[in-house]
Amino acid sequence: MSRTAILSTLVDPLIRQNPVTLQILGICSALAVTTSVATALVMSASLTVVIVMAALMISLIRHHIPNAIRLIIQIIIIASLVIVIDQCLQAYLPDISRKLSVFVSLITTNCLVLGRTESFSRLNPPLPAMLDALGNGLGYSLVLIVIGAIRELFGAGSLLGYQVLTTVDQGGSFTPLNLMLLAPSAFFLLGGLVWAIRTVVPEQTEELEHTPPEMEANRE
Amino acid sequence: MADMNPLTPWRRLLALPNENRAKILIMAFLVSAFCTLLVSGATVILRPVQLANQAAEQQARLESLVAGIPGMSGLLKQTGGSLRTVVIDLARGRAAADVTPETLAAALEESANWTSLSPADDLAGLGSRPNYAQIYLLRDTDGDISLAILPISGAGYNGLIDAILALKADMNTIAGLAISNQSETPGLGARIAEPAWLSQFRGIRLADDSGKLRFAVARGAAGNDYEVDGITGATRTSNAITRMVQFWLGPKGYGPLIAAIKRREF
Repeated sequence: MSRTAILSTLVDPLIRQNPVTLQILGICSALAVTTSVATALVMSASLTVVIVMAALMISLIRHHIPNAIRLIIQIIIIASLVIVIDQCLQAYLPDISRKLSVFVSLITTNCLVLGRTESFSRLNPPLPAMLDALGNGLGYSLVLIVIGAIRELFGAGSLLGYQVLTTVDQGGSFTPLNLMLLAPSAFFLLGGLVWAIRTVVPEQTEELEHTPPEMEANRE
Repeated sequence: MADMNPLTPWRRLLALPNENRAKILIMAFLVSAFCTLLVSGATVILRPVQLANQAAEQQARLESLVAGIPGMSGLLKQTGGSLRTVVIDLARGRAAADVTPETLAAALEESANWTSLSPADDLAGLGSRPNYAQIYLLRDTDGDISLAILPISGAGYNGLIDAILALKADMNTIAGLAISNQSETPGLGARIAEPAWLSQFRGIRLADDSGKLRFAVARGAAGNDYEVDGITGATRTSNAITRMVQFWLGPKGYGPLIAAIKRREF
């Protein structure tokens, strides 16, 4: 595998093929855990570890996965890895684990993970599979961290817990936007992000599935 | 001569076509067995760390509860700075003979150590309550109890509410309340966990002179010494707190213990 191919497997999913903004995969967790940068970081790290490990394990046994039960095998491997990660978080980061609550377990059903193992890891040798998984994990992380940073900055005036803008409560002049801490704001931000990326990279724009009907001037 | 090499059947298995029924079953079994090992290994290895975390969290919550009670931190320093942990037998109202804080979790796994509650008794909506509870006592230099910290729980609007209730030496005045676990509606019922709301419990009296338990979360503003302000829009949660405190201070809860402490038998 040439160096450029390795690089593009890793870098492509960051923006050009970003799983969240281009393929709109895994947005449920992107909405739920991005109220602060810390939770977004831990969620991103958990998902990246799970997706890379799952890619490795599935790629290793790829020649011996019976077609009839291939999805079951992939899901059981992903689910076990998720449980292990969840247990680690509960043991070593109990506060953040409580904030993430059920969303770590829901990595199992994140279509991003199963999507990569089913379409890439299952068919490729371990090294490219892991690189592809890492790239996708990082692409997901990038979106989560950007949205998390915007929401924490405008919703609470802080970044990673450090107060950046002094809020009115603390005697400053910044009124926190409570909307930013609610789930709908993540939809707006994600929509804005998709729009911004597609304006810069026009080839990501999808063709219209339906054309609006033309107005007929003299309809009978 | 038979082939004794243990790798041979393995190679033969790998060489089978993927759609072979035996291979499907064996692959499913092997993957499941591997994943089982992974999951149970992680759970078993990490369990002690998780339990230590939970204990530390409970301790921190107790300390912040005690620190919020005026004059309490001074008293804590006098008495050595820590609370004594006691497991009590709820029905008898005295220290449990054969259950220690270490063995409490194991004891509560046995259904024989739970008492089911009749609907009339079951104010807190629990269904059944444990026969043993772990409480914390603070004694002054004369050995008299100056503060009792009692864990309580009850059904809220969305799920179980766990709280810690601190009573002053007369066993009739609330020294503080802390919510340790709740899943009420954010912005409405979940406001029970806000320090501003919890701070009004300080100094609230439980029973009047005739001994009748009168504590309640009021609808709206508190009307007398026995009430705290209710939370607008969270009537069900407010009522749950009322019933939970009434249950746990009543005859099926800590009632016998409180009576024993009042008789100075504890």
